[in-house]
Amino acid sequence: MKAGTNLEYVLSSGHFAATGELGPPKGADAEVVSKKIGLLRGFVDAVNLTDNQTAVVRMSSIAAACLVLQGGLEPVMQMTCRDRNRLAIQADLLGAYALGIRNLLCLTGDHQTFGNHPQSKNVYDLDSILLLAAVRDMRERGVLINGEKAEGAPQMFIGAAANPFADPFEFRPHRLAKKVAAGADFVQTQMIYNVPKFRDYMQRVGDLGLAEKVYILAGVGPIKSVGAARYMANNVPGMDVPDAILRRMSKAPKDKRAEEGISICVEIIQQAREIPGVAGVHIMAIEWEEALEEITSRAGLLPRPTAPKPEEA
Amino acid sequence: MIRATQKPLSEISDLLGEARRVLVLGCGTCVAVCFAGGEREARTLAGALSMAGRTAGHDREVRHNVVQRQCEPEFVREVEDDVAWADIIVSTACGIGCQVMNERYADRLTVPGVNTDFLGAPIEHGVFDERCQACGDCILDTTGGICPIARCAKSMLNGPCGGSQDGRCEVNNEIPCAWQLIYERLLSLNRLDLMLRNVEPKDWRSSRDGGQRRIVREDLRL
Repeated sequence: MKAGTNLEYVLSSGHFAATGELGPPKGADAEVVSKKIGLLRGFVDAVNLTDNQTAVVRMSSIAAACLVLQGGLEPVMQMTCRDRNRLAIQADLLGAYALGIRNLLCLTGDHQTFGNHPQSKNVYDLDSILLLAAVRDMRERGVLINGEKAEGAPQMFIGAAANPFADPFEFRPHRLAKKVAAGADFVQTQMIYNVPKFRDYMQRVGDLGLAEKVYILAGVGPIKSVGAARYMANNVPGMDVPDAILRRMSKAPKDKRAEEGISICVEIIQQAREIPGVAGVHIMAIEWEEALEEITSRAGLLPRPTAPKPEEA
Repeated sequence: MIRATQKPLSEISDLLGEARRVLVLGCGTCVAVCFAGGEREARTLAGALSMAGRTAGHDREVRHNVVQRQCEPEFVREVEDDVAWADIIVSTACGIGCQVMNERYADRLTVPGVNTDFLGAPIEHGVFDERCQACGDCILDTTGGICPIARCAKSMLNGPCGGSQDGRCEVNNEIPCAWQLIYERLLSLNRLDLMLRNVEPKDWRSSRDGGQRRIVREDLRL
C-alpha cells in the first residue's frame, strides 16, 4: 500500500470502488458539510471535496476534507493549480497531510472566468501533470519541487482526472498515459453519458497498457431535470450528453424526471462496470447527495467493503 | 508587434482635467501599424478632444505631432518645443512610449491615450491575435511553433485540458484551443513525440514574475 487509505484498500483488493462528491458550501457553515456527510456515509468508499469548483469561491477543500474525516468518512481532497503557485500548493499539501488527509486529486482547474470572481488574476504556475509529479516525488523521493528534502514527506494516494470526451479525442488516452507517468494511482473521469464513446476510449486506454497501471473510476452523475441535461449538453465544455438521453428525460412525466435521471445513472454504472479496465465509479450527485443511497443500492454497490482494522499489538 | 486600442474619448477627456494646452503625441511604429496611435489617429484624436473641450465649455487648445519611435529617448527629443508649450501630453504610443515621455519630460505629465493590449499579429484585416507573452524563455521549438504560454488560457505546459472542445478554448469559443493547434501541427510534422513527454515546471523568473527585467549587452555599451 502506498498511502494505506480505505480507497486504496478497496481498489487494490479488487473490489469495484465507489466514490462520491461533496461540494463545500459557499460560506463558513460546517453544518452544511455535516448534513451531506450523513447522506454519503456508508454508500461510498471515499468522497471528493471540490476545490472552488467551477471557480466559485467556497469553503476550502482542505477544511471540508477535515470535517469529512471528523465525520467518519474518508476524504479525497481536490486541489487545482488555478489559485495557488507552487509555494502555496506545497504548503497546503503538507498541511493537508498533517491533518490526516491521504487521498489527493490533482487538477489544473476550471478557468476563473467561469466563476464568481472573473476579475481575478490567474496563477497556473503548474498544471495537473506537474502537480501529480510533485506529489509523487514527495511520496517516493521525499523532496519538494526544488529538490529539497521535506521533513516528513506526505504519502498520498494520488488521483487524476480524465475527460474522455474532450478534444482532440485521439490524444486523450495519451494524455492519460502522461498522467500515469507523472504518478497517478487512480483516475476519476468526467461524467459519462455517451457510453459507446467511453468504451472506445477505454479500448484505446487498454491498448496502451494503462488499465494495469492505474485504477480507472468511471464518472457518472444523475440528471435532475431536462433543463439540467440541456445545460450540460450545451454549456459545459467537454461534456457529451447524447440526444437519446435528452429525449428520454423529456419523455418522462414531469414529476418522474428525477427518478428517470437516477435510472439512467444506474444503467450507466452497470454498463461501465462491464467495460474492461473500469475499476470503480465516481458518482457526482452535487447538491443532490440524497440520491446516493438509491443509486448505489439499485446499482448493486452495497454494502461497501471496508479495510480491515490493523490488528492490536 | 505591440497591439493597442484607443481609450474611450470620454476617459481621455477626463484625464485632461483643467489643462488648457494639450499635445497629442502619436508614434509611427507598432501603434501606427495597428491603427491605434499613429499620425492619423493622433490627428483625429486631437480634433475630437478639441471639439469635446469646446462642447464642455473649456478654453482648450489641442495640437498633435508624431515621432517615429516614442519608446526611444533620442526620438522623443524631436518634440521638445511642443512639449514645452503643452500643459499635458496625451501619448497614443504603447505603455513604453508613454513612460519614456514621462522619463524624458519629467516636469510634465504624459497620460495614456491607448490601452496597450498584447504582442500579436493580424490574422485578418482588422483582427489581431495575441501571440507572445514575452516570458523570456522561448519553447516554440517544442510546441510546433505555437505558444501555449500566450495562447492557452491556463498557460499549460502539458495540455490540452479537459475543456478543449471542437478545437475551441473553454474560456471563449471564439478562441482556438492552443493545444489542439499544437497537436495538429506536431501530428503533421510527425513530431507527436514532443507532446507525449512530460515537461518540467517552468522557471518563471525570466518572465515578469522575477521582477522588472533588464537586458545588458556589454558588446553594445559605450
